Amino acid sequence: MKPAIEIRNLGKRYKLTTSPPYVALRDVISDSVKNIFSKKKKPENSFWALQDIDFDIEPGERVGIIGRNGAGKSTLLKIISRITPPTTGNAIVRGRVGSLLEVGTGFHPELTGRENIYLNGSILGLKKAEINKQLDAIIEFSGVEKFIDTPLKHYSSGMQLRLAFSVAAHLEPEILLIDEVLAVGDMEFQKKCLGKMEEVSKKDGRTILFVSHNLKAINDFCQKALLLDKGKMVLYDKVKTITNAYITSLDTGKIERKLRLKTSKSIYFSSIKAVDGSRKSKFVFSNGEKIAIIISVENNDWQNDFTIGFGLNCFPKGRILISHKVCKSINMKLAKEFIVWLPIDELTPNSYSIDISILDDKKEILDSMMDALSFEIALANTKFEGLGYDYGIISKELTWQDI
Amino acid sequence: MEKLITNIKPPSGLSIGLKELWQYRELFYFFTWRDIKVKYKQTYLGILWALLQPLGMMLIFTFLFSKTWKIDSGPIAYPIFVLSGLICWNLFSSSVSHAGESMIQNAHIIKKIYFPRLIIPCSAMLVALFDFLIAFIIFMVLCPVLKQPYDWTAIIYFPAGILLSLLAAAGLGFFLAALNVKFRDFRYALPFLLQVLFFASQVIYPLQSVQQSFYKYLLALNPMNAAIELFRAPLSPVSPDMRIVAIGVTSALLLFVIGLFYFRKTEAYFADLA
Repeated sequence: MKPAIEIRNLGKRYKLTTSPPYVALRDVISDSVKNIFSKKKKPENSFWALQDIDFDIEPGERVGIIGRNGAGKSTLLKIISRITPPTTGNAIVRGRVGSLLEVGTGFHPELTGRENIYLNGSILGLKKAEINKQLDAIIEFSGVEKFIDTPLKHYSSGMQLRLAFSVAAHLEPEILLIDEVLAVGDMEFQKKCLGKMEEVSKKDGRTILFVSHNLKAINDFCQKALLLDKGKMVLYDKVKTITNAYITSLDTGKIERKLRLKTSKSIYFSSIKAVDGSRKSKFVFSNGEKIAIIISVENNDWQNDFTIGFGLNCFPKGRILISHKVCKSINMKLAKEFIVWLPIDELTPNSYSIDISILDDKKEILDSMMDALSFEIALANTKFEGLGYDYGIISKELTWQDI
Repeated sequence: MEKLITNIKPPSGLSIGLKELWQYRELFYFFTWRDIKVKYKQTYLGILWALLQPLGMMLIFTFLFSKTWKIDSGPIAYPIFVLSGLICWNLFSSSVSHAGESMIQNAHIIKKIYFPRLIIPCSAMLVALFDFLIAFIIFMVLCPVLKQPYDWTAIIYFPAGILLSLLAAAGLGFFLAALNVKFRDFRYALPFLLQVLFFASQVIYPLQSVQQSFYKYLLALNPMNAAIELFRAPLSPVSPDMRIVAIGVTSALLLFVIGLFYFRKTEAYFADLA
């Protein structure tokens, strides 16, 4: 049998723009006028989001895609789902592709739940007859039967999400692309969805490509995995091999993350890393260790006071704490480092990520970055070992008393 | 079951992609259905609005230009003259403006899901066509009421006028839809452009009343003059000016080809730009 997906020498180049991606006609005209008068050609600013990607996926395989932020994971899925074209190479896809890049795409608040099922279903590639056939199952699975003929704008966001997932879970493409959609929604419903997907994929031999930061989910769900780094393919192998390689690659000191090389921002984040008690960079922290994050800021020309802050997110549950510090102005062209110790004793074994931002005195954002850093707290040798699946987000000893 | 095989490559060459459009016909239907449904939701009068607007304009224009300024509309009674022009013009202008805005309005979908992008401006135009058909039925009813007969040639001329309006609107609409993704300037230029085109179309005045033939044929480059000329033909004993029609059809075809190919050429990158 031929592979479900054959990827050959695939590459995608983006042009770098400092302004928003859409352009004002004025700039194009003024630029071309400038170009007439100056012989200098502007150097083309571009970067390869993906380069030389080469691999096959056999029908029925479940493949995880792992890599840091900006490794090209989402770009790869976007190319396979044909949202954006590649710059080089090609991909042969055998079978109908369903993508869960965004659940609930095309939901319209004025239409009823039922109408939205038809609309969303057809956008996701279902035929009308298929939706008719599945309608009852979709409605039942979503658990919003009572409101199915009410306009969507009267739904809570949770209900909208359940309806969206429900349509998505009933897609029957031969190849399914999933991009960390499971980061949203309540836990119980997520499990229901993952269960449903696993059930259909095992039953019908569906091919699945799964992009996630959650190594545990990838480990549980996939057989093989692809490791990407800065747009290049590092390794494509059994999932265990890949997750181990990923963790060790992160563990050997390469985890300091350079955030911005060159920017026009007046003050910006230049790097961030997570360190243990001896200031050694790490990705996985175990019980008993200390954790701190070290954030470096560089100043181009900012002369006022500023506030630096971060938010700690627990994957997949969301923001668990924030912290900030008001700083006096620093000299121009100067770098500054901050270290913040995290309360590891109160964190549970989970994946964490950090969002960072710098604000000016009017609380306007000077620089910010979502998921600038991620790290994990290992389960091994903690009091949680063997205690099931979900350990919550706060680790706290409580007193039990007989009464 | 036969497997769908897709070869994803860097964009090259130009084709209209009719086969693919046909594969996605259900999505086409659902987009149009959504837009029509949403348009009249939470309005008290619902699709009556599709009638009130042209009828209201007809009354205003009749009062202004027939009673006050006394424009000579030839053998056709002025209210019918202006209404026939207005419904064609409305078909054209709302097609162009809906299609022109459509890509930006649906950017969130374009960035997430693949389908032939041409579906979006086309379904936006179908919404305008739906409004037109309602107004058209009233127009057909109103003609005998206002003692304005139309002859059997209407079977040819009405559809010809409608098709020509749609062809021109599609050309301009595709072109603007694609441009809008890249240059947001066209959002602001569009109402102005349509206003200019309105006065350059024979909606409130007959093109034959333009004395200098140079200006008359210059105005004929606006395909809506030919479309309205055809549409009004069954109402009048005078046969349509075929030179105007020929110029208009040529420019509409040209517009259509340019618009379509510009759209097809740039559509692959919509998701990166939108």
